[in-house]
Amino acid sequence: MPASNPAVALPADAAALPGYRVTLGVDRPMRLDSGAELGPFQVAYQTYGTLNADRSNAVLVCHALTGDHYVLDQHPITGKPGWWEMLVGPGRPVDTDRYFVICSNVIGGCMGSTGPKEIDPATGRPYGLGFPVITIGDMVRAQKLLIDHLGIEKLFCVIGGSMGGMQVLQWAVAYPESVFAAVPIATAARHSAQNIAFHEVGRQAIMADPDWRGGNYLLEDTRPHRGLAVARMAAHITYLSEPALHRKFGRNLQNRQSVTYGFDADFQVESYLRHQGITFVERFDANSYLYITRAMDYFDLAADYGGGTLSNAFRVDGRGTPVRFCLASFTSDWLFPTPESRAIVHALNAVAANVSFVEIRTDKGHDAFLLDEPEFHQVIRGFLEGCAEHRGLTARRQPR
Amino acid sequence: MSPPLDDGIDGGTSPRAGAGNGAVGGIRFDLKLIADMVEPGSRVLDVGCGDGALLAYLARHKGVDGRGIELSMDGVHRCVTQGLSVIQGDAETDLKDYPAEAFDYVILSQTLQAMREPRTVLQSLTRIGRRAIVSVPNFGYWRIRLQLLLTGRMPVTEKLGYQWWETPNIHFCTIKDLVSLTEEMGLTIERCLIVNRAGRITGHAHSGFANLLGEQGVFLLRRT
Repeated sequence: MPASNPAVALPADAAALPGYRVTLGVDRPMRLDSGAELGPFQVAYQTYGTLNADRSNAVLVCHALTGDHYVLDQHPITGKPGWWEMLVGPGRPVDTDRYFVICSNVIGGCMGSTGPKEIDPATGRPYGLGFPVITIGDMVRAQKLLIDHLGIEKLFCVIGGSMGGMQVLQWAVAYPESVFAAVPIATAARHSAQNIAFHEVGRQAIMADPDWRGGNYLLEDTRPHRGLAVARMAAHITYLSEPALHRKFGRNLQNRQSVTYGFDADFQVESYLRHQGITFVERFDANSYLYITRAMDYFDLAADYGGGTLSNAFRVDGRGTPVRFCLASFTSDWLFPTPESRAIVHALNAVAANVSFVEIRTDKGHDAFLLDEPEFHQVIRGFLEGCAEHRGLTARRQPR
Repeated sequence: MSPPLDDGIDGGTSPRAGAGNGAVGGIRFDLKLIADMVEPGSRVLDVGCGDGALLAYLARHKGVDGRGIELSMDGVHRCVTQGLSVIQGDAETDLKDYPAEAFDYVILSQTLQAMREPRTVLQSLTRIGRRAIVSVPNFGYWRIRLQLLLTGRMPVTEKLGYQWWETPNIHFCTIKDLVSLTEEMGLTIERCLIVNRAGRITGHAHSGFANLLGEQGVFLLRRT
C-alpha cells in the first residue's frame, strides 16, 4: 500500500505539459447536460501527421477512462511509450503518414484539460468538488468545439475503445453530419449495472481515504493516494481476464519459497496489483477519477437520444445514419462483453446503417484493444482503407 | 442474360456451402449467375457472405452498396479486412432486426438447406429485400435420385459431400419443392435458372426435366 505523501506535487502541472492547449467557451460558456455552464475552459490536445488541403483526413482518437492525449508521445510523467502506438503511427492501421490524428484530454481530466484539479477562475482555487458533473456528451461537446477551432468540418473517422468508444458513439449520434466513419471498440451504448457497481467501489475507496478531505485535498496539501490506489487495483482486475491472470501469474509466489502466513504480498498477482495502484497515483487525480467514472455511469444513448430505443438514436431525418460503422469486441472482455457491441450492431441494422462488426478471439480481456492483436489491427486497417476509398482520400504517401 | 458457358475449373477456396461450377472473372460460376441478376448501383445484403467474393465482385463491377452477414469469424475477418461492410452474426437470429425493404436485393446462396427454419428465413429475405436471390442445390437431381435408388443409402455427391450424420444441410429440397413453397407463401418467381452439372442452363422452374437434370437452381423472388 502506498504511503500518503503530502509532499508529492500535483499530478501534472498543466502549463508544463508538452502538447497544445486551447481556451474554448470564451465568447459563450459551454452548456453542460447537468444544466451548469463551463467556460472559458482549456482543452489540451496532441496532433500527429498533416492535415490535407481539403481538411478531409482528420481522425479523432478518443481516450479511455484513465488515458490522455499522449497517443504516440512518451508519457510526460511515467516515461512510458504512447498508449496506442500499436494502432496509430507511421505505417500503422491509423496511419499518420496518411491521416491527421487528433487526440484531446477529456474535460474533467487531469492532463491539461479543465478538470477538478485546475483553478476555478471564479474563486482562484482548485475546483475540487465545485467542478460541475460532466457527461460523455459534455466531453464530446468540448471536442466538437476543438474540431471547429481547428477548422475541420467533417472528421474522416472517430475511433476509441472503452470510454473512448462511448465518445465515438456519442459523436456519431450527436454530430452525424460531422463524422464519416466511426470505430467504437470494446464498448457499450450504456454502462451496465455491473460496471456502475465497480465504479462505485472505486469511488468509495477514494472517498473513504481520510486524505481525500471531502475533495479538498489540494487545498489541504494531502493526497488520497491509498484510496485512489485501491480504486485502480479493483478496476485493473476488470481490464484483464481470468485466463490472462492465470497465464501471467498463476498462484506463483513473489520472491519467496513459501507463503508467510501474513498479509504481505505473498502472491505475484498481489504484488502486480499493488504496483499498478502505486504507479497510477503518480499520474492521476483522485477527483478526476470520481468525475470521469460518473460520466461513464450516466452514459445511456438509447435513453438520451432514442426515447428508450437504441435504433432511434441512429436515425437522422427519419433515415438511417449516414455514418459508416466498424465495431470490434474481444471474446474474453467481461467488462464490455460482445453482447454489448452486438446490441449496437442490431440497432444499426434496424435502420439499415452501414456497419461492420468483428469479434476478436483473445484471452487478454478488455485491455486487448490496447495490446498487440494482429487480427484486430488488420480489421481496422482494412476498414479505414475501404472508407478512405469512399471518402476519396488519396493512397498512402510513400513511407518515410 | 447469356451466362458464359466456357467456365473454367474452380480454383477458389471459398468457404460457402456447396462448391460451384467453376470460376468466372474471379468468382465462382454460381455466384456469377447471382451477380448477373443484380442491377448496377443497387443496395445488396449478402446473407452468409463467406469470404466476401460476391460482395467484392458486386462492388467492383456493379457499383453496388453491399453489406454482409457471416457466421464464421474467419470469413468476417477476411471481408472487413478488404473493406467490405460485414457483420459477424447468425442469419436466423439477426435478419429480424432489419427494416422492410432496406435493400434492393437480399442474397442467400447455397445456404437455405442449412437453415433451421427455411420458410421463416425466406419470409425475412423477401421482407428485407425488394427482391431475394436464392440459390439451392437440387435434391431431385437425377444422380442423387439414382444413388438413393440403387444403393439404398443417403446420397453423397461431389457438391454435397457430407455423410448424413455430419451434414450441415438439414432441410434438403428439390426444385419442385422450392417452387411449391414459394407458391404457398405467395411469392413471385421473377426469374429462375436451373443449372446442370456442366454449368449450362437447362430449363425453367416448372419443368419436370429441370428438376431431374438441374444440379442447382437460382431463383429471383419477390412478394406478390
